[in-house]
Amino acid sequence: MDRTAMKFPGYKKKRFQHALTIIGAAILVASVTLYLALPVAALFFQTTPDLFLASLADPEVISALTLSLTTSVISLVIVILVGTPFAYIHSRNTYPGKVIVDTLIDLPLVLPPAVAGLALLVLWGRVGILGRYFNVLGVSIAFTTLAVIMAQIFVASPFYLRQAKSLFEQLDPAYEQAALTLGASPIRTFVLITLPLTAGGLVSGAVMTFGRALGEFGATIMFAGNLPGVTQTMPLAVYVNMSGDHHAGITIAILLVLISFAIMIAVRLLADKGVPRA
Amino acid sequence: MLDVAIQKQLRDFTLDVAVRVDPGKIFVIMGANGSGKSTTLSSIAGLVCPDTGYVRLGGEILYDSPTRSNLPPEDRRIGYVFQNSAVFPHLTVHENVAFGLRARKEKPDVINSRVVSLLEKMDLHDLSPVKAKNLSGGQKQRVALARAIAIQPSLLMLDEPFTALDIDSIRAVRDLTRAVITEMQIPCLLVTHRVGDILEIGDKACVLSHGKKEWEGSPRDMPGTFPACQCP
Repeated sequence: MDRTAMKFPGYKKKRFQHALTIIGAAILVASVTLYLALPVAALFFQTTPDLFLASLADPEVISALTLSLTTSVISLVIVILVGTPFAYIHSRNTYPGKVIVDTLIDLPLVLPPAVAGLALLVLWGRVGILGRYFNVLGVSIAFTTLAVIMAQIFVASPFYLRQAKSLFEQLDPAYEQAALTLGASPIRTFVLITLPLTAGGLVSGAVMTFGRALGEFGATIMFAGNLPGVTQTMPLAVYVNMSGDHHAGITIAILLVLISFAIMIAVRLLADKGVPRA
Repeated sequence: MLDVAIQKQLRDFTLDVAVRVDPGKIFVIMGANGSGKSTTLSSIAGLVCPDTGYVRLGGEILYDSPTRSNLPPEDRRIGYVFQNSAVFPHLTVHENVAFGLRARKEKPDVINSRVVSLLEKMDLHDLSPVKAKNLSGGQKQRVALARAIAIQPSLLMLDEPFTALDIDSIRAVRDLTRAVITEMQIPCLLVTHRVGDILEIGDKACVLSHGKKEWEGSPRDMPGTFPACQCP
Protein backbone atom coordinates (compact mmCIF):
# COMPACT_ATOMS: atom_id res chain seq x y z
CA MET A 1 0.00 0.00 0.00
CA ASP A 2 1.13 3.56 -0.75
CA ARG A 3 2.83 4.92 2.40
CA THR A 4 1.51 8.46 1.84
CA ALA A 5 -2.02 7.10 1.58
CA MET A 6 -1.49 5.29 4.88
CA LYS A 7 -0.40 8.48 6.62
CA PHE A 8 -3.24 10.62 5.17
CA PRO A 9 -6.49 8.66 4.83
CA GLY A 10 -8.14 11.24 2.48
CA TYR A 11 -5.09 11.46 0.17
CA LYS A 12 -6.29 8.98 -2.51
CA LYS A 13 -9.72 10.59 -2.65
CA LYS A 14 -8.22 14.06 -3.07
CA ARG A 15 -5.90 12.80 -5.83
CA PHE A 16 -8.88 11.28 -7.61
CA GLN A 17 -10.86 14.53 -7.27
CA HIS A 18 -7.88 16.51 -8.59
CA ALA A 19 -7.60 14.17 -11.61
CA LEU A 20 -11.33 14.50 -12.25
CA THR A 21 -11.08 18.29 -12.13
CA ILE A 22 -8.25 18.28 -14.67
CA ILE A 23 -10.13 15.91 -16.99
CA GLY A 24 -13.30 18.02 -16.66
CA ALA A 25 -11.39 21.23 -17.42
CA ALA A 26 -9.68 19.60 -20.43
CA ILE A 27 -13.02 18.41 -21.82
CA LEU A 28 -14.52 21.89 -21.38
CA VAL A 29 -11.59 23.63 -23.11
CA ALA A 30 -11.55 21.07 -25.93
CA SER A 31 -15.34 21.32 -26.43
CA VAL A 32 -15.36 25.11 -26.66
CA THR A 33 -12.32 25.16 -28.97
CA LEU A 34 -13.75 22.47 -31.25
CA TYR A 35 -17.18 24.12 -31.34
CA LEU A 36 -15.55 27.31 -32.64
CA ALA A 37 -12.84 25.76 -34.81
CA LEU A 38 -14.62 22.78 -36.42
CA PRO A 39 -17.09 24.72 -38.63
CA VAL A 40 -14.22 26.88 -39.91
CA ALA A 41 -12.01 23.82 -40.49
CA ALA A 42 -14.91 22.07 -42.26
CA LEU A 43 -14.81 24.72 -44.98
CA PHE A 44 -11.30 23.64 -45.95
CA PHE A 45 -12.50 20.02 -46.40
CA GLN A 46 -15.17 21.12 -48.88
CA THR A 47 -12.67 21.93 -51.59
CA THR A 48 -9.34 20.85 -53.03
CA PRO A 49 -6.34 23.06 -53.79
CA ASP A 50 -7.05 22.69 -57.55
CA LEU A 51 -10.71 23.63 -57.20
CA PHE A 52 -9.82 26.49 -54.87
CA LEU A 53 -7.29 27.92 -57.34
CA ALA A 54 -9.68 27.41 -60.26
CA SER A 55 -12.45 29.26 -58.40
CA LEU A 56 -10.07 32.11 -57.63
CA ALA A 57 -9.99 32.84 -61.36
CA ASP A 58 -13.81 32.96 -61.53
CA PRO A 59 -14.82 36.50 -62.64
CA GLU A 60 -17.60 36.53 -60.04
CA VAL A 61 -15.14 35.75 -57.25
CA ILE A 62 -12.65 38.34 -58.51
CA SER A 63 -15.42 40.93 -58.80
CA ALA A 64 -16.69 40.29 -55.25
CA LEU A 65 -13.15 40.27 -53.86
CA THR A 66 -12.22 43.52 -55.62
CA LEU A 67 -15.43 45.26 -54.58
CA SER A 68 -15.13 44.13 -50.96
CA LEU A 69 -11.51 45.17 -50.62
CA THR A 70 -12.06 48.50 -52.38
CA THR A 71 -15.15 49.49 -50.41
CA SER A 72 -13.66 48.30 -47.10
CA VAL A 73 -10.47 50.32 -47.66
CA ILE A 74 -12.50 53.43 -48.60
CA SER A 75 -14.74 52.96 -45.54
CA LEU A 76 -11.68 52.54 -43.32
CA VAL A 77 -9.98 55.66 -44.68
CA ILE A 78 -13.15 57.71 -44.10
CA VAL A 79 -13.58 56.30 -40.57
CA ILE A 80 -9.93 57.10 -39.69
CA LEU A 81 -9.96 60.59 -41.22
CA VAL A 82 -13.24 61.62 -39.62
CA GLY A 83 -13.20 59.36 -36.57
CA THR A 84 -9.75 60.26 -35.20
CA PRO A 85 -10.37 63.99 -34.72
CA PHE A 86 -13.93 63.26 -33.63
CA ALA A 87 -12.78 60.78 -30.94
CA TYR A 88 -10.10 63.22 -29.77
CA ILE A 89 -12.48 66.18 -29.47
CA HIS A 90 -15.12 63.96 -27.85
CA SER A 91 -12.73 62.47 -25.28
CA ARG A 92 -11.07 65.75 -24.31
CA ASN A 93 -14.16 67.92 -23.92
CA THR A 94 -17.32 68.00 -21.88
CA TYR A 95 -20.44 69.18 -23.68
CA PRO A 96 -24.21 68.87 -23.29
CA GLY A 97 -25.50 65.56 -24.60
CA LYS A 98 -22.12 63.82 -24.47
CA VAL A 99 -23.70 60.74 -22.87
CA ILE A 100 -26.22 60.56 -25.72
CA VAL A 101 -23.43 60.80 -28.30
CA ASP A 102 -21.57 58.04 -26.45
CA THR A 103 -24.65 55.82 -26.64
CA LEU A 104 -25.19 56.58 -30.33
CA ILE A 105 -21.57 55.62 -31.08
CA ASP A 106 -22.15 52.22 -29.52
CA LEU A 107 -25.63 51.67 -30.99
CA PRO A 108 -24.54 50.03 -34.28
CA LEU A 109 -22.71 47.37 -32.24
CA VAL A 110 -25.94 46.01 -30.80
CA LEU A 111 -28.32 46.99 -33.59
CA PRO A 112 -29.19 44.05 -35.89
CA PRO A 113 -27.41 44.79 -39.22
CA ALA A 114 -30.67 44.31 -41.15
CA VAL A 115 -32.28 47.02 -39.01
CA ALA A 116 -29.27 49.27 -39.69
CA GLY A 117 -29.73 48.65 -43.43
CA LEU A 118 -33.45 49.40 -43.21
CA ALA A 119 -32.75 52.61 -41.26
CA LEU A 120 -30.26 53.73 -43.91
CA LEU A 121 -32.79 52.90 -46.62
CA VAL A 122 -35.56 54.86 -44.88
CA LEU A 123 -33.27 57.90 -44.69
CA TRP A 124 -31.27 57.71 -47.92
CA GLY A 125 -33.49 55.57 -50.19
CA ARG A 126 -35.03 57.00 -53.39
CA VAL A 127 -38.18 57.94 -51.49
CA GLY A 128 -36.38 58.29 -48.17
CA ILE A 129 -36.51 61.29 -45.86
CA LEU A 130 -33.30 62.81 -47.30
CA GLY A 131 -32.83 60.51 -50.28
CA ARG A 132 -35.83 61.92 -52.16
CA TYR A 133 -34.12 65.34 -52.39
CA PHE A 134 -30.94 63.79 -53.70
CA ASN A 135 -33.07 61.81 -56.15
CA VAL A 136 -34.59 65.05 -57.47
CA LEU A 137 -31.03 66.27 -58.11
CA GLY A 138 -30.36 63.04 -60.01
CA VAL A 139 -28.21 61.54 -57.23
CA SER A 140 -29.19 58.04 -56.27
CA ILE A 141 -27.58 56.57 -53.18
CA ALA A 142 -29.41 53.35 -52.35
CA PHE A 143 -28.43 50.25 -54.36
CA THR A 144 -25.11 51.76 -55.45
CA THR A 145 -21.49 51.14 -54.42
CA LEU A 146 -21.78 54.30 -52.32
CA ALA A 147 -24.53 52.57 -50.33
CA VAL A 148 -22.17 49.65 -49.68
CA ILE A 149 -19.59 52.06 -48.25
CA MET A 150 -22.22 53.89 -46.17
CA ALA A 151 -23.50 50.60 -44.73
CA GLN A 152 -19.95 49.48 -43.91
CA ILE A 153 -19.14 52.78 -42.21
CA PHE A 154 -22.37 52.62 -40.21
CA VAL A 155 -21.79 49.15 -38.78
CA ALA A 156 -17.97 49.14 -38.55
CA SER A 157 -17.06 52.65 -37.35
CA PRO A 158 -17.87 52.00 -33.64
CA PHE A 159 -14.94 49.56 -33.47
CA TYR A 160 -12.53 52.38 -34.30
CA LEU A 161 -14.35 55.17 -32.47
CA ARG A 162 -14.54 53.25 -29.19
CA GLN A 163 -10.89 52.29 -29.37
CA ALA A 164 -9.69 55.80 -30.28
CA LYS A 165 -11.87 57.40 -27.61
CA SER A 166 -10.54 55.07 -24.93
CA LEU A 167 -6.90 55.60 -25.99
CA PHE A 168 -7.19 59.39 -25.92
CA GLU A 169 -8.83 59.21 -22.49
CA GLN A 170 -6.03 57.01 -21.15
CA LEU A 171 -3.16 59.12 -22.50
CA ASP A 172 -1.57 61.18 -19.73
CA PRO A 173 -2.28 64.85 -20.63
CA ALA A 174 1.20 65.76 -19.29
CA TYR A 175 2.73 64.67 -22.64
CA GLU A 176 0.59 67.09 -24.61
CA GLN A 177 0.96 69.84 -22.02
CA ALA A 178 4.75 69.43 -22.12
CA ALA A 179 4.69 69.77 -25.92
CA LEU A 180 2.54 72.92 -25.70
CA THR A 181 4.83 74.59 -23.14
CA LEU A 182 7.79 73.78 -25.40
CA GLY A 183 6.19 75.88 -28.13
CA ALA A 184 4.33 73.30 -30.25
CA SER A 185 0.94 74.30 -31.63
CA PRO A 186 -2.06 72.10 -30.71
CA ILE A 187 -2.03 70.52 -34.20
CA ARG A 188 1.74 69.85 -34.08
CA THR A 189 1.28 68.36 -30.61
CA PHE A 190 -1.50 66.10 -31.87
CA VAL A 191 0.50 64.90 -34.88
CA LEU A 192 3.92 64.50 -33.21
CA ILE A 193 2.92 63.41 -29.70
CA THR A 194 -0.69 62.24 -29.37
CA LEU A 195 -0.89 60.14 -32.54
CA PRO A 196 2.46 58.31 -32.15
CA LEU A 197 1.74 57.52 -28.49
CA THR A 198 -1.64 56.00 -29.35
CA ALA A 199 -0.67 54.57 -32.77
CA GLY A 200 -0.52 50.89 -31.72
CA GLY A 201 -4.06 50.95 -30.34
CA LEU A 202 -5.39 53.04 -33.21
CA VAL A 203 -4.03 50.58 -35.79
CA SER A 204 -5.56 47.74 -33.79
CA GLY A 205 -8.95 49.52 -33.89
CA ALA A 206 -8.53 50.20 -37.61
CA VAL A 207 -7.82 46.52 -38.32
CA MET A 208 -10.96 45.49 -36.44
CA THR A 209 -12.97 48.08 -38.36
CA PHE A 210 -11.61 46.79 -41.67
CA GLY A 211 -12.52 43.24 -40.68
CA ARG A 212 -16.06 44.21 -39.71
CA ALA A 213 -16.52 46.20 -42.93
CA LEU A 214 -15.25 43.29 -45.00
CA GLY A 215 -17.69 40.89 -43.38
CA GLU A 216 -20.72 43.21 -43.55
CA PHE A 217 -23.82 41.46 -44.90
CA GLY A 218 -27.18 42.46 -43.38
CA ALA A 219 -27.05 46.22 -43.77
CA THR A 220 -25.50 45.94 -47.22
CA ILE A 221 -28.16 43.62 -48.66
CA MET A 222 -30.94 45.83 -47.26
CA PHE A 223 -29.52 49.18 -48.33
CA ALA A 224 -27.31 48.37 -51.32
CA GLY A 225 -28.90 45.23 -52.69
CA ASN A 226 -27.03 42.42 -54.39
CA LEU A 227 -25.92 43.62 -57.81
CA PRO A 228 -22.86 41.70 -59.12
CA GLY A 229 -19.96 44.07 -59.76
CA VAL A 230 -21.78 46.99 -58.13
CA THR A 231 -22.91 46.00 -54.65
CA GLN A 232 -22.23 42.27 -54.41
CA THR A 233 -19.47 42.05 -51.78
CA MET A 234 -17.80 38.81 -50.67
CA PRO A 235 -20.32 37.86 -47.95
CA LEU A 236 -23.19 38.46 -50.39
CA ALA A 237 -21.44 36.37 -53.05
CA VAL A 238 -21.05 33.51 -50.54
CA TYR A 239 -24.80 33.62 -49.87
CA VAL A 240 -25.76 33.73 -53.56
CA ASN A 241 -23.32 31.02 -54.59
CA MET A 242 -24.55 28.51 -52.02
CA SER A 243 -27.58 27.97 -54.28
CA GLY A 244 -25.49 28.14 -57.47
CA ASP A 245 -21.75 27.59 -57.87
CA HIS A 246 -21.04 25.90 -54.58
CA HIS A 247 -17.24 25.95 -55.09
CA ALA A 248 -17.14 29.70 -55.72
CA GLY A 249 -18.98 30.25 -52.44
CA ILE A 250 -16.57 27.97 -50.55
CA THR A 251 -13.57 29.73 -52.13
CA ILE A 252 -14.83 33.18 -51.10
CA ALA A 253 -15.65 31.85 -47.62
CA ILE A 254 -12.11 30.46 -47.25
CA LEU A 255 -10.68 33.78 -48.40
CA LEU A 256 -12.75 35.56 -45.74
CA VAL A 257 -11.57 33.08 -43.10
CA LEU A 258 -7.91 33.66 -44.08
CA ILE A 259 -8.36 37.43 -43.97
CA SER A 260 -10.09 37.15 -40.58
CA PHE A 261 -7.19 35.08 -39.26
CA ALA A 262 -4.71 37.68 -40.48
CA ILE A 263 -6.77 40.41 -38.80
CA MET A 264 -6.89 38.58 -35.47
CA ILE A 265 -3.13 37.97 -35.54
CA ALA A 266 -2.52 41.65 -36.34
CA VAL A 267 -4.81 42.73 -33.47
CA ARG A 268 -3.09 40.38 -31.02
CA LEU A 269 0.33 41.67 -32.05
CA LEU A 270 -0.79 45.26 -31.61
CA ALA A 271 -2.88 44.70 -28.49
CA ASP A 272 0.12 44.88 -26.13
CA LYS A 273 1.03 48.32 -27.39
CA GLY A 274 -0.92 50.29 -24.81
CA VAL A 275 -0.68 53.94 -23.96
CA PRO A 276 2.54 54.83 -22.09
CA ARG A 277 2.41 56.38 -18.66
CA ALA A 278 4.31 59.61 -17.97
CA MET B 1 10.93 89.06 -12.69
CA LEU B 2 7.86 86.87 -12.28
CA ASP B 3 4.87 88.64 -10.78
CA VAL B 4 1.73 86.56 -10.27
CA ALA B 5 -1.59 87.16 -8.54
CA ILE B 6 -4.31 84.69 -9.52
CA GLN B 7 -7.65 83.51 -8.23
CA LYS B 8 -9.48 80.41 -9.42
CA GLN B 9 -12.47 78.60 -8.01
CA LEU B 10 -11.53 74.93 -7.62
CA ARG B 11 -13.85 72.13 -6.57
CA ASP B 12 -13.28 72.42 -2.80
CA PHE B 13 -11.77 75.87 -2.34
CA THR B 14 -10.71 79.08 -4.06
CA LEU B 15 -7.10 79.26 -5.17
CA ASP B 16 -5.80 82.70 -4.28
CA VAL B 17 -2.04 83.02 -4.72
CA ALA B 18 0.35 85.93 -5.22
CA VAL B 19 4.01 85.24 -5.94
CA ARG B 20 6.97 87.41 -6.94
CA VAL B 21 10.27 85.84 -7.94
CA ASP B 22 13.41 87.75 -8.94
CA PRO B 23 15.71 86.56 -11.77
CA GLY B 24 18.25 83.99 -10.60
CA LYS B 25 16.16 83.10 -7.54
CA ILE B 26 14.34 79.88 -6.71
CA PHE B 27 10.94 80.15 -5.06
CA VAL B 28 9.75 76.92 -3.47
CA ILE B 29 6.05 76.15 -3.12
CA MET B 30 5.11 73.53 -0.56
CA GLY B 31 1.82 72.16 0.59
CA ALA B 32 -0.21 69.02 1.08
CA ASN B 33 -1.62 67.12 -1.90
CA GLY B 34 -4.51 69.02 -3.45
CA SER B 35 -3.53 72.35 -1.89
CA GLY B 36 -3.32 74.06 -5.30
CA LYS B 37 0.43 73.87 -6.02
CA SER B 38 0.20 72.21 -9.44
CA THR B 39 -2.80 74.33 -10.45
CA THR B 40 -0.73 77.43 -9.67
CA LEU B 41 2.03 76.23 -12.02
CA SER B 42 -0.50 75.20 -14.69
CA SER B 43 -2.13 78.64 -14.50
CA ILE B 44 1.22 80.39 -14.95
CA ALA B 45 2.05 78.08 -17.88
CA GLY B 46 -1.32 78.84 -19.53
CA LEU B 47 -2.54 75.26 -19.31
CA VAL B 48 -5.32 76.31 -16.96
CA CYS B 49 -7.09 79.65 -17.15
CA PRO B 50 -7.52 81.51 -13.82
CA ASP B 51 -10.83 83.24 -13.11
CA THR B 52 -9.18 86.58 -12.30
CA GLY B 53 -5.75 88.08 -11.71
CA TYR B 54 -2.57 88.55 -13.71
CA VAL B 55 0.66 86.81 -14.69
CA ARG B 56 3.57 89.05 -15.68
CA LEU B 57 6.97 87.80 -16.70
CA GLY B 58 9.90 90.14 -17.37
CA GLY B 59 7.60 93.02 -18.27
CA GLU B 60 5.45 90.90 -20.57
CA ILE B 61 1.80 90.28 -19.72
CA LEU B 62 1.01 86.57 -20.06
CA TYR B 63 -2.42 86.78 -18.48
CA ASP B 64 -4.49 89.72 -17.35
CA SER B 65 -8.17 89.30 -16.57
CA PRO B 66 -9.22 93.01 -16.74
CA THR B 67 -7.86 93.35 -20.29
CA ARG B 68 -8.74 89.74 -21.18
CA SER B 69 -5.16 89.04 -22.26
CA ASN B 70 -4.27 85.37 -22.24
CA LEU B 71 -1.25 84.12 -24.15
CA PRO B 72 -1.51 80.44 -25.18
CA PRO B 73 1.05 78.12 -23.51
CA GLU B 74 3.08 77.73 -26.72
CA ASP B 75 3.79 81.48 -26.79
CA ARG B 76 4.80 81.91 -23.13
CA ARG B 77 8.40 80.64 -23.29
CA ILE B 78 8.21 78.88 -19.95
CA GLY B 79 10.34 75.82 -19.25
CA TYR B 80 8.11 73.36 -17.38
CA VAL B 81 9.46 70.15 -15.88
CA PHE B 82 6.46 67.98 -15.11
CA GLN B 83 6.06 65.56 -12.26
CA ASN B 84 7.36 62.19 -13.52
CA SER B 85 9.17 64.10 -16.29
CA ALA B 86 6.71 63.48 -19.19
CA VAL B 87 9.62 62.98 -21.59
CA PHE B 88 8.31 61.74 -24.93
CA PRO B 89 8.93 57.97 -24.78
CA HIS B 90 8.86 57.43 -28.55
CA LEU B 91 11.58 60.02 -29.21
CA THR B 92 15.30 59.77 -28.57
CA VAL B 93 17.02 61.89 -25.93
CA HIS B 94 18.33 64.16 -28.71
CA GLU B 95 14.86 64.51 -30.27
CA ASN B 96 13.32 65.25 -26.88
CA VAL B 97 15.73 68.10 -26.19
CA ALA B 98 15.40 69.39 -29.77
CA PHE B 99 11.58 69.24 -29.71
CA GLY B 100 10.98 72.76 -28.44
CA LEU B 101 13.61 74.27 -30.72
CA ARG B 102 12.09 72.58 -33.77
CA ALA B 103 8.63 73.75 -32.72
CA ARG B 104 10.03 77.27 -32.55
CA LYS B 105 11.44 76.90 -36.08
CA GLU B 106 15.09 77.39 -35.09
CA LYS B 107 17.68 76.68 -37.79
CA PRO B 108 18.89 73.04 -37.89
CA ASP B 109 22.54 73.95 -37.13
CA VAL B 110 21.45 76.10 -34.17
CA ILE B 111 19.27 73.24 -32.89
CA ASN B 112 22.05 70.70 -33.23
CA SER B 113 24.76 72.78 -31.57
CA ARG B 114 22.49 73.81 -28.69
CA VAL B 115 21.26 70.26 -28.08
CA VAL B 116 24.76 68.76 -28.20
CA SER B 117 26.10 71.38 -25.79
CA LEU B 118 23.17 70.86 -23.40
CA LEU B 119 23.50 67.09 -23.47
CA GLU B 120 27.19 67.41 -22.62
CA LYS B 121 26.45 69.80 -19.79
CA MET B 122 23.80 67.45 -18.41
CA ASP B 123 26.03 64.39 -18.82
CA LEU B 124 23.56 62.90 -21.27
CA HIS B 125 25.74 62.90 -24.37
CA ASP B 126 26.17 59.10 -24.45
CA LEU B 127 22.40 58.65 -24.24
CA SER B 128 21.69 60.94 -27.20
CA PRO B 129 20.42 58.18 -29.57
CA VAL B 130 18.57 56.24 -26.84
CA LYS B 131 14.76 56.20 -26.86
CA ALA B 132 13.47 58.02 -23.76
CA LYS B 133 11.31 55.05 -22.77
CA ASN B 134 14.52 53.13 -22.01
CA LEU B 135 15.91 55.67 -19.53
CA SER B 136 16.01 55.47 -15.74
CA GLY B 137 13.99 57.89 -13.60
CA GLY B 138 17.00 60.11 -12.91
CA GLN B 139 18.00 60.20 -16.58
CA LYS B 140 14.44 61.10 -17.59
CA GLN B 141 14.41 64.02 -15.14
CA ARG B 142 17.71 65.30 -16.53
CA VAL B 143 16.33 65.03 -20.09
CA ALA B 144 13.18 66.87 -18.99
CA LEU B 145 15.31 69.62 -17.46
CA ALA B 146 17.52 69.83 -20.58
CA ARG B 147 14.40 69.95 -22.78
CA ALA B 148 12.87 72.73 -20.69
CA ILE B 149 15.97 74.96 -20.71
CA ALA B 150 16.80 74.28 -24.38
CA ILE B 151 14.13 76.78 -25.41
CA GLN B 152 15.97 79.44 -23.33
CA PRO B 153 12.92 80.11 -21.19
CA SER B 154 12.17 83.29 -19.29
CA LEU B 155 10.93 81.20 -16.35
CA LEU B 156 11.66 77.67 -15.20
CA MET B 157 9.00 75.70 -13.30
CA LEU B 158 9.59 72.30 -11.76
CA ASP B 159 6.71 70.25 -10.38
CA GLU B 160 8.01 67.76 -7.83
CA PRO B 161 11.03 66.92 -9.99
CA PHE B 162 12.67 64.74 -7.34
CA THR B 163 9.79 62.32 -6.78
CA ALA B 164 10.81 58.67 -7.14
CA LEU B 165 14.51 59.49 -7.61
CA ASP B 166 17.35 57.95 -5.62
CA ILE B 167 19.52 60.15 -3.38
CA ASP B 168 22.33 60.52 -5.96
CA SER B 169 19.90 61.48 -8.75
CA ILE B 170 18.15 63.99 -6.47
CA ARG B 171 21.48 65.62 -5.66
CA ALA B 172 22.48 65.67 -9.35
CA VAL B 173 19.20 67.20 -10.59
CA ARG B 174 19.14 69.66 -7.65
CA ASP B 175 22.68 70.87 -8.35
CA LEU B 176 21.94 71.13 -12.07
CA THR B 177 18.82 73.19 -11.41
CA ARG B 178 20.71 75.62 -9.18
CA ALA B 179 23.53 75.93 -11.73
CA VAL B 180 21.09 76.56 -14.59
CA ILE B 181 19.14 79.23 -12.70
CA THR B 182 22.32 81.02 -11.65
CA GLU B 183 23.73 80.90 -15.18
CA MET B 184 20.56 81.89 -17.03
CA GLN B 185 19.46 84.44 -14.43
CA ILE B 186 15.80 83.56 -14.75
CA PRO B 187 13.22 83.12 -11.98
CA CYS B 188 12.37 79.57 -10.95
CA LEU B 189 9.32 78.06 -9.24
CA LEU B 190 9.82 74.70 -7.59
CA VAL B 191 7.06 72.56 -6.14
CA THR B 192 8.31 69.99 -3.69
CA HIS B 193 7.44 68.07 -0.53
CA ARG B 194 11.03 67.63 0.58
CA VAL B 195 12.43 69.93 3.27
CA GLY B 196 15.95 69.00 2.08
CA ASP B 197 15.25 70.56 -1.34
CA ILE B 198 13.97 73.78 0.18
CA LEU B 199 16.96 74.22 2.42
CA GLU B 200 19.44 73.21 -0.31
CA ILE B 201 18.32 75.33 -3.24
CA GLY B 202 15.38 77.50 -2.17
CA ASP B 203 15.91 81.26 -1.89
CA LYS B 204 12.37 81.81 -0.71
CA ALA B 205 9.51 79.49 0.12
CA CYS B 206 5.81 79.41 0.85
CA VAL B 207 3.40 76.83 2.15
CA LEU B 208 -0.01 76.52 0.47
CA SER B 209 -3.07 75.24 2.27
CA HIS B 210 -6.48 75.04 0.60
CA GLY B 211 -5.35 77.45 -2.08
CA LYS B 212 -4.04 80.15 0.28
CA LYS B 213 -0.52 81.00 1.40
CA GLU B 214 -0.22 79.85 5.00
CA TRP B 215 3.37 80.97 5.36
CA GLU B 216 6.03 82.73 3.27
CA GLY B 217 9.63 83.56 4.03
CA SER B 218 13.22 82.40 3.96
CA PRO B 219 13.61 78.59 3.96
CA ARG B 220 15.80 78.87 7.10
CA ASP B 221 12.93 80.47 9.01
CA MET B 222 10.36 77.89 7.98
CA PRO B 223 8.53 76.39 10.96
CA GLY B 224 8.79 72.59 11.06
CA THR B 225 5.16 72.21 12.06
CA PHE B 226 3.54 72.20 8.60
CA PRO B 227 2.22 68.77 7.68
CA ALA B 228 3.79 69.02 4.22
CA CYS B 229 7.21 69.81 5.68
CA GLN B 230 7.73 66.57 7.54
CA CYS B 231 9.52 64.75 4.71
CA PRO B 232 13.34 64.62 4.96
